[in-house]
This record gives sequence, C-alpha cells and structure tokens, in this order.
Amino acid sequence: MVESRISSSSRSRDLDKLLLRPGNLVGPTFEPGTQLRDDLQEYARILVVGAGGLGCELLKDLALSGFRNLEVIDMDRIEVSNLNRQFLFRLEDVGQPKAEVAAKRVMERVSGVNIVPHFCRIEEKELEFYSEFSIIVLGLDSVEARSYINAVACGFLEYDSNDEPVEETVKPMVDGGTEGFKGHARVILPGMTPCFECTIWLFPPQVKFPLCTLAETPRTAAHCIEYAHLIKWDEVHSGKSFDPDNPEHMQWVYLEAAKRAQLFGIPGVTYSLTQGVVKNIIPAIASTNAIISAACALETLKIASGCSKTLSNYLTYNGVEGLHTKVTEFVKDKDCLVCGPGIFIELETSVTLKMFIDQLEDHPKLLMSGASVRVGGKNLYMAAPPLLEEMTRSNLGLPLFELMDKSPTGVVHVTGTAGKGDKRQSCLRKLRVAFKAVGIADTDMAGGA
Amino acid sequence: MIRLFKIKEKQQELSANSNGKPPGKTQSAGELRLQKDISELNLPNACSISFPNGQDDLMNFEVTIRPDEGYYSGGMFTFTFQISSVYPHDAPKVKCKAKVYHPNIDLDGNVCLNILREDWNPILNINTIIYGLYHLFTEPNHEDPLNAKAAKVLRDNPKLFAFNVKRTMAGGYMGQTLFTRCR
Repeated sequence: MVESRISSSSRSRDLDKLLLRPGNLVGPTFEPGTQLRDDLQEYARILVVGAGGLGCELLKDLALSGFRNLEVIDMDRIEVSNLNRQFLFRLEDVGQPKAEVAAKRVMERVSGVNIVPHFCRIEEKELEFYSEFSIIVLGLDSVEARSYINAVACGFLEYDSNDEPVEETVKPMVDGGTEGFKGHARVILPGMTPCFECTIWLFPPQVKFPLCTLAETPRTAAHCIEYAHLIKWDEVHSGKSFDPDNPEHMQWVYLEAAKRAQLFGIPGVTYSLTQGVVKNIIPAIASTNAIISAACALETLKIASGCSKTLSNYLTYNGVEGLHTKVTEFVKDKDCLVCGPGIFIELETSVTLKMFIDQLEDHPKLLMSGASVRVGGKNLYMAAPPLLEEMTRSNLGLPLFELMDKSPTGVVHVTGTAGKGDKRQSCLRKLRVAFKAVGIADTDMAGGA
Repeated sequence: MIRLFKIKEKQQELSANSNGKPPGKTQSAGELRLQKDISELNLPNACSISFPNGQDDLMNFEVTIRPDEGYYSGGMFTFTFQISSVYPHDAPKVKCKAKVYHPNIDLDGNVCLNILREDWNPILNINTIIYGLYHLFTEPNHEDPLNAKAAKVLRDNPKLFAFNVKRTMAGGYMGQTLFTRCR
C-alpha cells in the first residue's frame, strides 16, 4: 500500500525507501509516511559548521538527502590550495568567502534547497543563533572550535529533578573529522551520549619539539621550519605576530628554514612542508572527506527522521593500508563539567555568597571546604591566591541571587577540597542552583510533583 | 531518535513566553579547569602572580619570580602566561617579559622548559610550571641552551657567568645587546 506511493521516477526515490516504509531497525519514534518526508523538508533546520573539505561534502550530501533548510558558517576565504578537494570552488572564486560560494553552488545544483551562509567566526554568533537549529553538523579541523560548539550545544541542555536530560533541550551534534587517510564520524546527544569534552583525550597532543633542540641541534626539516617560525620570526619582527594565513609570512618562514637547513646539511625543507608543520596540516584526501561526510549526513538523517537507530557513538575509518572501520561506544563522564547534570541545590533568594559557601561544607554530595565560586564567566569568590581573594572578598556578604543577576536558575562551578577522611581531594564541580519561590523554570519541577 | 517536531513545538513555546535563561557567556572547559588551578596555587615565597585584566580574566596573567639563591639572587623576572580555551589539552604559552642573560631563555623571552613543550601533560598544572620556571633561575642548565653564548660561558667559566649575570641584571649593554634592569 505504502509501496504504491513510491514513484520510481521521483527525485526522492532513494530517500523514500528509508522514510516511507516501516522497518525492524527503526528508532522508537519513527512514523513512516510522506508526512515525515514533507515535515523533514519543512521543519528540520541543519547548521553545517565549516565550509572546507568536509563542509563542501556535507552541504552537498545533506541537500541531496532531502534537507531544505541549511545554513553554513565559516570564517575563511577560498585559497588556491583548497581547489583539489573543496569541489564547490573554482579558480575564479579564490579570495571569496567559503560559506557564501559553497551555499550558492549547492543551491544552483539542487533545486528547492535554501542555504544561508554566514561568513564569520563561530564565536561571533549569539547563542540564540545556535539554538534555532534541529541538528548541528561539524566539519571542522581544530580541537578549539569543536570544544566551543560543544560547550554551546551542551549549554542548552537542561536536567529534570531526577538528573535525567530534558529531551527537548538536547541539541544533537554530528561531528566529522579527517586527517589524511584517517577519519571519524560521531554522534553527540548531549546528556545521553558522551560530549566532546568527556572524550577530549581522544585527541593526541600536538607534537612539540624542545626549543633548545630547534635553537642548537636541529636534526630534521621540521626542526628547521619550527626554528624559523618560533624563534627567528620573533628575533627579526619584534612585536609583529606571525599570521599563518598570510602567504608572505609563510614564504618568509620557508626561506629562513631553507637557509638553516642548508647550514646544517638537512634535506627536505619545502614550501608545502613548511605549511604543514606550521599549521599542523596533514595533506587532505578528497575521498576520506567524502566517506566521512556521507557517514555524517546519514547520521543526521537518522537523528532527524528516526528511520534507523543512530551510530553508537564513534566511528573510526582508516584507509592507510586496506580499509578498516570500527564503531566504538564511548561512555559519558558522569561528572563532566560541560554536559553532566551537576549537583542540584535549592536556595532561598536571601542566601549570601558566604552562606552558600558554608553550605557546601555540609552538603552530603560535596562536603567541600574552602570553595571558590564561578558563575557565567565571573569569579564571584576566589579562596586563593591572596590577591584574588582580596579582589573578590566584598562579594561574600551579597545575596547569591543578586550576584547571579536574579536569574531563577543557573549553573555554578565550585572548586575546593571535597570528600571524607583520607579521600579528601581538591575538585571542581558543577552545581545546578535554583532559587525558591521565584517562578522556577517548569523543567526543574518536572516529575517532582 | 530525537522527537524533532516535539522540539519544534517546544521551541515555539519557549520563544512565545521567552522564559528561557538569560543567555550567559559560554565558558570553555579550559577556563573552568584554570579556575581550579589558580585557586589551588601554592607558590614559593619568591613567586607572585598578578592579573592585569582583573579578576574575571584568568586566562592571561603574569608571574614574577624573585630568586633568593643562586646566580640570579636579588633579581626580578616577570613572565606572561597565555592559556588556551582547550587547556589543559594545550600547554600554556609562557614568555619572559624582560631581556635576560640566561642559558635557557633567549633574548626574545622564549623559554626552554620541557614541560612547556615536549613533556607537557594534562595532569600538570600552573603550579608545576611556576616551580619549573623558578628552578631555571636557581639552577640554570647549560645542556639545553637557547642562548648558546650564555650557556658556553656557564659551562666553561662559571665565575665570568656570575659576573655577566650581575652586570646584565643591573641593566645596560653587554656586547650589542641592551638588557633590561631586573632588580
């Protein structure tokens, strides 16, 4: 019956096979039918973060997967070296903002899709901007940017009184990443699956050479390049900071590195190696981006439609020799400062900061003494060092409610010495504070009555 | 998996009565961890810390070391610390503000301290780095030179090294280089 509605010539023929038919592996809320397909087109709003190697692939894949409301944010302009894999860009686009060109090209090729480009830094957007989207898909190349978006998305998360995530506040993220022939795709449902910060140790630390090796005993081409970049640059350009995106700067570093390599008889310094070492770039492989993007787009479709259970929760792909791919189910860090529920504390609006700090000592889940308190980027009280203690001491007598701008609920971070007996140790904890009798947000009361 | 359209309704509801939380600043995990590091500082008497941007910007601060023994006794050396938003995944960036005659600190303020680069590890903290810097002044080391000339003098002629240190700490020229007064 349903089958008869699938027209073989329809543009959504392949998608219909997923969305119009029931199945055994579907998500719990899946309701197959044309309504679902139409709703996805009308209501699902997807943000793609990054319009580079992965971003270009993602926009194309998502547009062809039936999503109609896409937005893309990227701060970079197109460079010649992007053209081999960022297939939406042409030579004449060099110098144009990536987000704008990518959006335009996909809209030209896929009718019905609307892509809004944002040519700016991710930090420049208000939090409301990010809250508008159903799903955020990441095609980024840095730990910093991922960590930022993760903090934003987890910031929307609310917990009920049983410390369970409130479903409506879960902002799903799909994160892709590639490095040469290797890549990963992961699904992050804040509060339900580990967030980026729960598993930040997955990212290996950057390789850093000792400065004295660079200065005195270089042995490799990379040593010569880092010498020019980290030591020689400052020596010659006093005060002017090095900009890795400025080709003149890069050329200067390359020439200095080549001189040094010659001096020490070290082969192998090239301009592209210089870029690679300085910007920490591993040559990108177009097919890796295509594979990882396909996995991410599919997960996005699965989250949005429920047509299948999602990846649980981290897929790695390795095409260095043959092909290896594997899915690992990482676990949440229950005490994660970014996505965890934190400890719920209810207070009277009259409680001063000093009284609050004293209460933490008796709180059964904390037993924290000598606490320092931080709220929304402000240090309300720092128990040490003495300089900061003095600067923040005057807050102690003020009601916490006022220090938190009279917000009925809020997240507070405290550090101090906590625990019992021999197990006392310094720790950093997230607290969910709610004030009594000031129209507490209904989500905190849910299930409590 | 996610009830997409329930979310849609909820969002409309929320924006309708706009009872949402005031949009605070997003805090990086690095800032939170740094708050812990700073509140647990246990500095040697010879070291002090200051926050030029005030109590709410802990990501940029300065540490002043006044060595009480060794070649640099009586001097005063200030270092700038820049902390990344993904601290402690990334090590702090540390530079010496003054021009100092030291085998392990170059004339641009770069510091050769293993835990700042190749041996950085997220279990280390700001306190460890400050102790490391302090140690550089009590026991300068000619084996990992950033200032090769100074290192050579320290190795071959410690008396001359001691003299050069005293002289440069008083400020003024040595050879072509103008040193900052550090007393």
